Amino acid sequence: STMADDKDVLRDVWFGRIPTCFTLNPDEVTEREAEAYYLLLPRVSYLPVVTDKVKKHFLKVMRAEDVEEMWFEYEGTPLKWHYPIGVLFDLHASNTVLPWNITVHFKNFPDQDLLHCPSNSIVEAHFMSSIKEADALKHKSQVVNDMQKKDHKQLWMGLQNDKFDQFWAMNRKLMEYPTEDGGFRYIPFRIYQTLSDRPFIQKLFRPVSPDCNAHTLGDLLKEMYPDALTNDGEQKRYQVLIHGIEPLLETPLQWLSEHLSHPDNFLHICVVPVPTD
Amino acid sequence: MPVTLLWAVDVYGRVYSLSTVGQQWEHCRNAHLEFKRVTAAQQCCWGIACDNSIYLNVHASDLPIRYQEDTYENQRWNPVDGFSERLLPSDRWQWSDITGLQHQPMASFQLPSSSWEWEGDWFVDENLDGEPTEKEGWTYAMDFPATYTKDKKWNSCVRRRRWLRYRRYKDMDTWAKIPSQQTALPDPFSDISCGGWEISEEPRGRLSLWAVSLQGKVWFREDISHHNPEGSSWVEVPPPGEVVQISCGPGDLVWAVLWEGHLIVREGISRDCPRGTSWAGVESPSPEVGTIHVAVGVNVVWAVTKDNKVWFRRGVNSHNPCGSGWINMVGEMIMINVGLNDQVWAISFEDRLVYFRQGVTSSELSGKTWKAISVPRDGERSHSSASANSQHSAGCFFSGEVRVPSVVSDAELDLEHPPGDVAISSVTFPGLDSFVDAPTNSSSQPCVKPNIPKVTSDSFISELVSDRKPAKTSGGVESASPAVLEEVIPDEGEADVLSSNSTVTITGSGGPSDPQWSNVDLEEAQIQYGQTGAVADSVDSCSLSSLATYSLAMEDQYGVDEHPLWAWVSGGGCSVDSHSQLNWFSYSLNTSAVLQSVQSLSLSVSPAQTAAWRKQIFEQLSERSKREMDNFRHYEQAIEQSVWVKKGAMQWWRDWKPHKWMDVHFALEQFSGAEGHKDGILFIYYNYYEEKKYLHAFINEVTILVPVLNDSKHTFAIYTPERTKQRWPIRVAAGTELEMHDWLALLSVSCCDSRGIHGSPSKQAIWSITCKGDIFVSEPSSALEAMPYPTPCDQMFWRQVGGHLRLVECNSLGIVWGIGFDHTAWVHTGGYGGGFFQGLASSTDNIYTQTDVKSVYIYENQRWNPVTGYTNRGLPTDRYMWSDASGLRECTKTGTKPPSPQWTWVSDWAVDYSVSGGTDREGWQYAADFPASYHGFKTIKDFVRRRRWARKCKLTTTGPWREIPPIPLSDVTILPCAAQSSVDTVPVWAISNKGDVLCRLGVTLLTPAGTSWLHVGTDQPFKSISVGAASQVWGVARDGSAFYRGSVSGPNPAGDCWYHIPSPAKQKLKQVSVGMTSVYTVDENGNLWYRQGVTPSYPQGSSWEHISNNVRKVSVGPLDQVWIIADKVQGSHSLSCGTVCHRLGVQPMEPKGQSWDYGIGGGWDHITVRGNSMEPPRICLPSMTEPLPRAAHTPPPAAP
Repeated sequence: STMADDKDVLRDVWFGRIPTCFTLNPDEVTEREAEAYYLLLPRVSYLPVVTDKVKKHFLKVMRAEDVEEMWFEYEGTPLKWHYPIGVLFDLHASNTVLPWNITVHFKNFPDQDLLHCPSNSIVEAHFMSSIKEADALKHKSQVVNDMQKKDHKQLWMGLQNDKFDQFWAMNRKLMEYPTEDGGFRYIPFRIYQTLSDRPFIQKLFRPVSPDCNAHTLGDLLKEMYPDALTNDGEQKRYQVLIHGIEPLLETPLQWLSEHLSHPDNFLHICVVPVPTD
Repeated sequence: MPVTLLWAVDVYGRVYSLSTVGQQWEHCRNAHLEFKRVTAAQQCCWGIACDNSIYLNVHASDLPIRYQEDTYENQRWNPVDGFSERLLPSDRWQWSDITGLQHQPMASFQLPSSSWEWEGDWFVDENLDGEPTEKEGWTYAMDFPATYTKDKKWNSCVRRRRWLRYRRYKDMDTWAKIPSQQTALPDPFSDISCGGWEISEEPRGRLSLWAVSLQGKVWFREDISHHNPEGSSWVEVPPPGEVVQISCGPGDLVWAVLWEGHLIVREGISRDCPRGTSWAGVESPSPEVGTIHVAVGVNVVWAVTKDNKVWFRRGVNSHNPCGSGWINMVGEMIMINVGLNDQVWAISFEDRLVYFRQGVTSSELSGKTWKAISVPRDGERSHSSASANSQHSAGCFFSGEVRVPSVVSDAELDLEHPPGDVAISSVTFPGLDSFVDAPTNSSSQPCVKPNIPKVTSDSFISELVSDRKPAKTSGGVESASPAVLEEVIPDEGEADVLSSNSTVTITGSGGPSDPQWSNVDLEEAQIQYGQTGAVADSVDSCSLSSLATYSLAMEDQYGVDEHPLWAWVSGGGCSVDSHSQLNWFSYSLNTSAVLQSVQSLSLSVSPAQTAAWRKQIFEQLSERSKREMDNFRHYEQAIEQSVWVKKGAMQWWRDWKPHKWMDVHFALEQFSGAEGHKDGILFIYYNYYEEKKYLHAFINEVTILVPVLNDSKHTFAIYTPERTKQRWPIRVAAGTELEMHDWLALLSVSCCDSRGIHGSPSKQAIWSITCKGDIFVSEPSSALEAMPYPTPCDQMFWRQVGGHLRLVECNSLGIVWGIGFDHTAWVHTGGYGGGFFQGLASSTDNIYTQTDVKSVYIYENQRWNPVTGYTNRGLPTDRYMWSDASGLRECTKTGTKPPSPQWTWVSDWAVDYSVSGGTDREGWQYAADFPASYHGFKTIKDFVRRRRWARKCKLTTTGPWREIPPIPLSDVTILPCAAQSSVDTVPVWAISNKGDVLCRLGVTLLTPAGTSWLHVGTDQPFKSISVGAASQVWGVARDGSAFYRGSVSGPNPAGDCWYHIPSPAKQKLKQVSVGMTSVYTVDENGNLWYRQGVTPSYPQGSSWEHISNNVRKVSVGPLDQVWIIADKVQGSHSLSCGTVCHRLGVQPMEPKGQSWDYGIGGGWDHITVRGNSMEPPRICLPSMTEPLPRAAHTPPPAAP
């Protein structure tokens, strides 16, 4: 059949956008009424990287002395800037009506919930450390350590400026593995859940079983989060979302890691309750 | 689309109407009688009540139906008495009509019926051809009949004066009985059909009304028009047989059904002969089965045969009213009706629901599918349309999609309604959209009822359902939504309820000779209504009765008459077309259930995929993109690309001679400019003698992007101040309309970005309109009216607003009204964008569909020669046989295209009789030679003749405009306010397209459309009106004279009387504009006049002072600033017609100003500066007497 190329998945993942409506927290002191601000947020990026315009928009109606560090909140939940935007959306707002309504705050920064982010260099540092951590799992850090400083910069600039080709020209190297191994050493993944205090589940998990069978998404969940699976005769309770979609459980984990990882090279998996309505 | 009504009668004779914006049938409660049939036009509805009399329901309008009666009082002078009523024996009557031949005393005027009342007593007309007469209104002449003057001369021997009295039709919105004629009609009426309003626009509101009596005779009602809504008398039109039903379309189609089942067609219907001349016969579609019903539109004929089959007649048009052949359509109906735009309604045989034929367009007149109208009747349990609305607005917050609200809230429906009634909410006949040609032997197609699933989302799904498991479907669906039919047949017991047999048993119960055409027997139906449970008896009566019974069975089960049973529907007044968004149809929960089950079915059936997971990911990603991005493409991207280039291939109208279109590369380079504004450069790369060159324009210098009217290319013009001075814009043409719109939208956003202009037009905005109907708005700076150095007019930046208008008026409170080419009135919603503007260039929640209709004219030219008379073979020097008005360009019927590709034809070519100078009965105008002045009759000196043909075309677009129905307007004016003034209710005056003066009540900032019209009586039609800042109202009457309205004030918004103000000598005024104090008028020869001597104590002023020639239109603002559209302005490269110009040097003590500054043009048609109340900064200069520097450089206007 004329199946689309697997590379198309990379583009789809990269160019995923979430229509978002930013509104100013009504408690903020403004000089005049702040209009909502609408943006298409890249799913694979981070809030501080893509919200310069939002900040500028709301600062227009505020006095400088009323402005502290900007942070975001969705329906009472402060949004962690160091999670990819798509993960935040899937975790907190999947199955809701679009656009995604985010509230913008300029005071009362929730120190207990969020990390401070005084500049984008903090995001860059976080992003690069994720990449390094992932490569440690995948290749014992061999690939990322072989890269030069400018190569690291290229990965970050690619993400920051939404340059797919620039990013993938370098990221391609991070996705390679010896054919005989059948995959990475370990799959860099994180499993997020809404109904837990734990930030996420992250353990060592190989893409291939000892008896040389490819591990699947189902295998991973069975080991990491069996509750996420639906047993026979049971009502489905959880959706397993990656980039807003629900891959079949028989999807090979290695393929997922290569194609559905975020630019930070982690496979971010959200387990959310099935909507009740 | 105006809000209009669909009318229907249920089987109990109750009359209901359904509004095109409504979601329930409204019971017409003032119908005291039961009705059998109704037939609707847009302005009224006719009906036959159960007393067999005909009733008329004229829809109330703010514009009264008002008829002017007049009579003349004639006197002769004699030496003894002076002027007296003593006339010579050879003279006319003392009281007569205008000719003097008809005796007409005042007492002879009677009200035509009890539906009329007199407005007041007789009064003298003190106006003669625009000139006021002496107080008593006498006009003098030497003798009868002669030319009368208002001045008495030495030789004036006779005089006369005209008395006027108005009568008014008072029975609005109620069913008024049409008085029966003195000569009693032989028998009662049984069918009625109105139409024919497209045959002629004269007299206004003309209708044809056809009726059938019980004996099968056909009658035509004479003289129905706006001023005579009841018509005058019945005239018999003998048919060749006994007629049982008749249908009259909006145009010249009239078909009738004979008792035997054949059809007859009226031929020879024309403007001069609306009754037609003869009948032609047409066979019934099926030889064995007679026709019981026919319905005609403009170009379509539909019929129903006794077996309830539906037929569409091929090839019907004005020239061939009989058509060429029948096509069998899907569906079983008992009656069918064709309304406006050839849209079709029918009542289903099976469930007695009203069905709408979806997808009927001018290119596909037979439509696509039947769709049940499933709205409740008022008083019934509501299907909660309100909740549907709130859902809709929340869900489609930013959607650019056509809004199709899901009317029924699923969960609610499931809980509240018994399963049985869900089934009626949507029934679509399955995929039989293709035609089935009429079978030659109908026996080969036994009367088998198709296996129709009750609940479907579309034909595709229903086919799947019915194909997969026919037997299971009926059972499976039953649990979720049992079909009504199955539930209510009481005696069928174990029988397979969906098989053909059971149904045939019922339909056939009346036997083939059953007089099914007689539709509803009201009395019988009512008896049954009372006899609950009399099932066995009624089954044996006609098929209709069995249906009535069937409803009784339902009532037993559900207690309430939940499912309306309709008997008759009329769409003649219902203005919908295939674009209309109607809230009449709803889907149910079960629909989506079926949909889901089918989807899962198809998945499991699909061949095993080696990598199902991969396929799943592709599909889901694509769905995700749709879900998360498709509706939001207009959102700004979070990450901007630093330099962004859009390139394309275009054509350019090259600057050097010979001018022609040449292929070029077109590119826009965008970058972030200073202060975060985006800026850009536009490049046009072309070849000049093998050399590659380019032309460029900075985006921040572009003053306007103008779509240009071109019948074959998609072109627009780009102006900069320099190009405006040259009168030579950059003209480019895109390959397709889509490409042009993409470019225009992109460039427009770029221009606005570079200037930091966003969002809705301000309240001070200056609005203008091109001759193409495009709307532009410019934000004035306070320097625009500064003295002595105002912002030059050619530097004004104009941006386009979606929509299509002929005229726009505003004031500084932000109230903006527009009038379309089709005279529809529109109010600005406060939004921006629409049309081809999407995304951030457009607001989202206040953009609506807007349509406009205009006519394209071509001329047929003939020359007389002694041998053949008038022929189309002219002399070599002559014009084309078919041409434009000038005769210079050939315009054939087939070769003439709509004005631009955005327009589509909506009518056929028709002779236009409304040409100035008049025409003969065939529309010809005669003249001695081309080109000359034409007259409407032939003389021996006339060797050439021509006639005008008109064809209507329609444009559908979107914009921030909402219709203000229902009165079509030709002019409107809004009170200009000073900058800080606060006005509660804003005076708005208008002229209807028939010349009535209207005052709009209830216009406020919150309700800019106002609430209702107040009719202001005049003795002649008006054509222009303007209200000044002090509520001074000036109007121009059709005879070219001006009127001032006295005593207009807040409590008395309509004033009390008109003061006649003669026009400048030998000139006919055509437009007036009143600012703070200044009054300006434009006459038909393009002269601009200023009214001298206007003071608060004498607001009428004293005389007219000539200001300029070459003026097409004037707009005077709240600062008394004067702007015009000049007819012709010479630039350095070219000349522009229709140019925006600004009067310079206007000051409080010098309201006439000094000179003109020239702005954007040509092609401009209208401007309003009445919103701009921004006071200019005051600068004191040593010498105010120096000539204005800019004005000195601008060329003078070319002579007209």
